[in-house]
Amino acid sequence: MAKNTSSSAFRKIDVDQYNEDNYKEDDCGESQSPPNIEALKTVLRNAPISSRNQMVKDAALNVVMQVLLSVKSSQIEEAVNALDRDHLDILMKYIYRGFETPSEGSSGQLLAWHEKVHAVAGVGCIVRVLTDKKRV
Amino acid sequence: MPESLSFGIDPITAHAWNKDRTKLAISPNSPEVHIYHFQRGEWKLEEILKEHDLKVTGIDWAPNTNRIVTCSADRNAYVWTQSEEKKWKPTLVLLRINRAATCVRWSPLENKFAVGSGARLISVCYFEKENDWWVSKHIKKPIRSTVTCLDWHPNDVLLAAGSTDFKVRVFSAYIKEIEDRPVSTSWGSKMPLGLMMAEFSNSTNGAGGWVHSVNFSSSGDRIAWVGHDSSISVADASKGMAVSVIRTDFLPFLACLWVSENRLIAAGHGCCPMLFEVNETGKVQFAGKLDASLKKESSGVSAMKKFQSLDRQARTETNDTSLGTLHQNAITSVCLHTGNKANATKFSTAGVDGLLAIWDFNNLESAMRGLKFN
Repeated sequence: MAKNTSSSAFRKIDVDQYNEDNYKEDDCGESQSPPNIEALKTVLRNAPISSRNQMVKDAALNVVMQVLLSVKSSQIEEAVNALDRDHLDILMKYIYRGFETPSEGSSGQLLAWHEKVHAVAGVGCIVRVLTDKKRV
Repeated sequence: MPESLSFGIDPITAHAWNKDRTKLAISPNSPEVHIYHFQRGEWKLEEILKEHDLKVTGIDWAPNTNRIVTCSADRNAYVWTQSEEKKWKPTLVLLRINRAATCVRWSPLENKFAVGSGARLISVCYFEKENDWWVSKHIKKPIRSTVTCLDWHPNDVLLAAGSTDFKVRVFSAYIKEIEDRPVSTSWGSKMPLGLMMAEFSNSTNGAGGWVHSVNFSSSGDRIAWVGHDSSISVADASKGMAVSVIRTDFLPFLACLWVSENRLIAAGHGCCPMLFEVNETGKVQFAGKLDASLKKESSGVSAMKKFQSLDRQARTETNDTSLGTLHQNAITSVCLHTGNKANATKFSTAGVDGLLAIWDFNNLESAMRGLKFN
């Protein structure tokens, strides 16, 4: 009995990380639907298409990816219907760019986005991703 | 149901009709031009014109003077005239280009023709009687890439050109040796040869796609073009060069044609001719698909179909590889058949599937029930 109380290493473990009900900071705010769709509209409206600065474009890409991956699958259709044609073209460009650098589970989510955007904007939208000189 | 003629399995790269539509010149993706004649209810091959060394890229048939002009990737153009024995005789035209010719068009009065080329210039050719040969003059500036399509203004002087530098330009092709000074139009009043009267970009923010086809309306005030970014645009010189664009949901169009002052046809990779309308404010709108004839059975699989496919193709699936449209591959060219650009009743389409179809607006009306006609 004396031996197992000599080590105090257990005091250095973060036991909270093993608790499933843990409060995680990411869970608040972003998962409510209206802010997400508004966030999407904002990032698409401000997409740095004309910029020559690759770092700006990469930063924008990361933000867009965060927004796209945070929208729940059931809300994608609603989000797509809230966008106009020009924004759908930009969104499709980001979807394809997102495919280029997959992270865990991202491609599946992007495919869901792709399907919904294609249902609204047709193949013309995809053609414009291929032909547009201005890349995101 | 549109009338369709099959010319084999080779793609039809270009086609042109004679004046009374009894003869047809087509090029089956080769250096040859085939002339067909409609006799006793069927189309018979009348003659094969073999003069070009490389693929023929454009054919145009002048209706009144009955001359055919062909241009090819071999950097040449020939003007063909019919001799007494009804044989077609070629005359070489020195275009003086060092790249392939891409498209050719007779002018409305048939006294000259224009050839677009990969040499980043347009050759305007006219016949010089003193030397008995065709002379070419070049329009170069400020074209920066291959010229893909041409169309003449009804005044016989202005020429619209679309290019792979994403621009559509209207030039003056005034040849002082053969014609009088033209009167001023909505595009401008001074028209020396080679002057660029207007330039349009195939996109609002400088991006966009190659311009595949350009077409003047019957009045000459409007010009329509289609680009590889699946867009269709109309510019109106009488409204201060105002441009109206639609970025469509379809695959890109390869050809466009005005069929009235407010309506135009566009067709291309989607294999289906589409009708577009320009409203009073000058805005272009999609008016309908013209190929509603072959609707695939949406009811799904029927027992009959299943056994038929098992019998013929030894497979139990019934998903056809055939498209629900008449054309089974991209439509590459559209020509007026009956009527004129102010009022067309029939037009023809030819495609990569070797099919030439003649579409009749009178028959298509029932398919387009509910659309308003101006």
